[in-house]
Amino acid sequence: MKPWYARNAAKAVLLALALGAAPFVLPNEYYINILILGAINALIALGLNLLLGYAGQISLGHAAFFGLSAYATAYATTRLGLPIPVGMGLGVSLSALVAWLIGMPTLRLRGNYLAMATLGFGIIVHIVMNETVEVTGGPSGFVGIPRLALFGYAFDSDRSYYYFTAAVLALAALLSLNLIDSRLGRALRAIHTSERAAQTAGVDIAGYKLFVFVLSAVFAGVAGVLYAHFLSFVAPSSFGFHFSVQLVVMVVLGGMASVWGSMAGAFFLTALPEALRGFEEVDILIYGAILVACVMYMPMGMAGASAGAWRRIGRWRRGSSGQGEGGHAG
Amino acid sequence: MFAAAAQYLVSGLTVGATYGLTGLGFTMIFNTTGIINFAQGEFVMLGGMMSVFFRTWLGIDLFSAILLAVAVTALVGAAMERLTIRPIQGSSPINLVIATIGVSILIRGAAMLLWGKDTFSLPPFGKAAPIAIFGAAVQPQSLWALAITLALLTALKLFFTASIHGKAMLACACNRKAASLMGISVARMSLFSFALSAFTGAVGGAILAPITMTSYDVGMMLGLKGFAACILGGLGNPFGAAVGGLLIGIMESFGAGYVSSAYKDAFAFVVLLLLLFVRPSGLFGKAGVERV
Amino acid sequence: MNRVLTTLLVALAALCLPGLAAAQSDTVKVGAVLSVTGPASFLGEPEKNTVQMMVDQVNAAGGLLGKKLEVVILDDETDVNKAVLGAQRLIRMDKVVAVMGPTTSGNTLAIMQNVAAAEVPLVSFSAAEKIVNPVNPWIFKNPQSDRHAVARILEHAKGRGYKKIAILTVSDGYGQAGREVLKELVPAGGFELIADEVYGPKDTDMTAQLTKIKAAAPDAIVCWGTNPGPAVVAKNRVQLGMATPLYMSHGVASKKFIELAGEAAEGVMLPAGKLIVASQLPDSDPQKKVLLDYTKQYTEKFNQPVSTFGGHGWDGVMLLAKAVQMGNSAEPKDIRDNLEKIKDFVGIGGVFSFSPTDHNGLDATAFVMIEVAGADWKIMTK
Repeated sequence: MKPWYARNAAKAVLLALALGAAPFVLPNEYYINILILGAINALIALGLNLLLGYAGQISLGHAAFFGLSAYATAYATTRLGLPIPVGMGLGVSLSALVAWLIGMPTLRLRGNYLAMATLGFGIIVHIVMNETVEVTGGPSGFVGIPRLALFGYAFDSDRSYYYFTAAVLALAALLSLNLIDSRLGRALRAIHTSERAAQTAGVDIAGYKLFVFVLSAVFAGVAGVLYAHFLSFVAPSSFGFHFSVQLVVMVVLGGMASVWGSMAGAFFLTALPEALRGFEEVDILIYGAILVACVMYMPMGMAGASAGAWRRIGRWRRGSSGQGEGGHAG
Repeated sequence: MFAAAAQYLVSGLTVGATYGLTGLGFTMIFNTTGIINFAQGEFVMLGGMMSVFFRTWLGIDLFSAILLAVAVTALVGAAMERLTIRPIQGSSPINLVIATIGVSILIRGAAMLLWGKDTFSLPPFGKAAPIAIFGAAVQPQSLWALAITLALLTALKLFFTASIHGKAMLACACNRKAASLMGISVARMSLFSFALSAFTGAVGGAILAPITMTSYDVGMMLGLKGFAACILGGLGNPFGAAVGGLLIGIMESFGAGYVSSAYKDAFAFVVLLLLLFVRPSGLFGKAGVERV
Repeated sequence: MNRVLTTLLVALAALCLPGLAAAQSDTVKVGAVLSVTGPASFLGEPEKNTVQMMVDQVNAAGGLLGKKLEVVILDDETDVNKAVLGAQRLIRMDKVVAVMGPTTSGNTLAIMQNVAAAEVPLVSFSAAEKIVNPVNPWIFKNPQSDRHAVARILEHAKGRGYKKIAILTVSDGYGQAGREVLKELVPAGGFELIADEVYGPKDTDMTAQLTKIKAAAPDAIVCWGTNPGPAVVAKNRVQLGMATPLYMSHGVASKKFIELAGEAAEGVMLPAGKLIVASQLPDSDPQKKVLLDYTKQYTEKFNQPVSTFGGHGWDGVMLLAKAVQMGNSAEPKDIRDNLEKIKDFVGIGGVFSFSPTDHNGLDATAFVMIEVAGADWKIMTK
């Protein structure tokens, strides 16, 4: 057994414990709602990070996968009367299937052209959600989705729902960590560095790209079903271009190619607007300024900045022995 | 039947001119710096909103108001480059893009606080009844918009081919390192490209405000369509961006007329995607050129 | 690497710190979730201004039950997630006894289950019929229903002898609700629905849709949207030289529409609440005084013209205040019970009479048909 299995498992357990402890330091039950949305966003960011941070392929359409699965489970459980686990399974499968279909032609494109294609795809899906009123309920949304219940247990309270979401997030983090340490992870990094070199070294570029694209859509899909059964309401406005861009910002702000960073970025950007509520209408200015300041002063994202800070603290504690800890955060 | 088609064409060209001008701005910054500037749509918004602002709040005539608006927007573009892009020049392209997103949020927020959330309209440049061309009713302002767009394109073409600054910018587009070795100040060209594309965007915003009206939040949608325009035309080619914009406008208009008004935007994007699958670097893009 | 994790935890904990629960005080605390920014801000802003103004007025007049009335207004940025979070905050953290808003129908539909589950009454400022039909005991709304607006338009169209109707609606929640009612009531009223076109909320040119409608040669067009779209439609209609009568919805019933559409607004007809034509009402109209008072106070305080939307804020605050006074209690349950008992309450949106089966309390008489003449609104006589 490879040593990184145990190491990654330990990290995931730590994360689970930390997420589990979070509600106890909250001054108010209301903040659990923010934590739930933060965990859901973190799940999408984890997947997008595999695609963007490790494989170096941008997607400006990930909100679409999030939305497709949310609508699929909403439709299946409400209109078709299917059990919730079946609905969730269908939702995630739909995201994966659509990602596979759209990924094949799209991933041949590069850079800004890939950005445009995924962006266009996201907009098309958004328009379809708006216009197929009979299926989706149109712009005013889909009402009456049941709250999550699994194996006879109903997650009625926000606290129980949060624990469920946090557990899923910890599992997803474990999966990401293992994936990165595996052969696949090395292949992805090779693609990111130089596609031509990777190809020469015998890496099946198209296959790996498609795999990681579908996988990131699956992460978004899982987040989508969790979102639908939490809010019990979905509307197209949650799945637009704006959210796709925000997801990319979460990954970059957190620190590209860092599992912890992308999660931190997601929690940070989810909580920030809440923290800025007191500023009323000026909040949008502060939000924009923080965004600009973050890229200016933390070019390697939150992961890079915190790794740097720890390195400095460590150096200061050990006197000036200054043994390089290795900047790779992930 | 023919009259309807002519009408769709005219509508498409008018809307497409907006996209084209926005796309043109994208291209100029991209060529010189390699950055996709997500705040480009905000420049267009500023051009329109400030024209309204200078005209109604200061009470000066339309022409001076527009001149002033365009000049101030160009300054905003230059300031943006100085304050946010230059300090992080060496960062990865994606970081620079996020910085432009942050700036776009800032500009939009400032516009909202300054001028409120209402929609405003600007009077047309000349007062005249719609003109009938091949059975299509054309607003005189549409002709103004097309004429000014063409004039701007010609001026830019001249600038890039005949002036030393223009040639220097083109050199940066070809190879930044080589350009800097030849003694061209790449930093100055970067500043210049932001000012110039803010200028272009603002002109677009001002000439279209009488037709489309304007508010603090029109920039995002325009930025999106402008980006689509320059990808369709092929990144890096200013004339490709202009043509791409017009094509998207026409597709939307014909989509609304003959396919379905609900899916007209989707129709334009489906065509764009299919085109990209066949020609991965746009209509007029060179396949070999890759900047990311 | 584990250090990064630790940092993440510290950051998480730090984010959780701000905001300590307010202690129970001697105020009557109500909440509002409004779209003060974002696409629906032109609705949410006057609502916010009015809510604040009316709460101040209630307090100036001695408050409620000897206590001060306090309002917590949260901006949902016209975003459904923010609306849900806002409502949760009002209930959990601020412990309000009643919630007003949200501004848009989508946001109301998103939060109403939660608010009802917490047993707090909600007075929505949005129009969709689904909010009060079927009736949820905890959910009320004060804007007039689209159904009544459409009924008013069709009644007028029938009087003019129109047969063939074309509709042009915006593809957002407001337009969708209108389109559904139009598609039901137009054929039911004996008309022929000959064109059903849609435009996007951010579209700036509708000549393509109008060209298509023109080819179908309708007797009248009904356009359903909120500014600026309908102003573009009015302009494009003139540009295309169409003389077809044009009806709009009550969503454009503010001076802004006339300002944006300019001369193209002339002759446009629409059903509207009485607020914007208050001075033209006969003195016998019970609402006249209330409407004129509100107009005067609002324009003086904010230096902006009044709009029907701000009126929802007036109705929301005053209906809640009335319910508190009737029951002599600020308990959520009592407020709910008494809201349902309010009869003949003269408000801005109309004269409200609630019942256990009617949580809107208005009928088609809340609307008058008006048209634009000489760059101003005029009540139509026929």
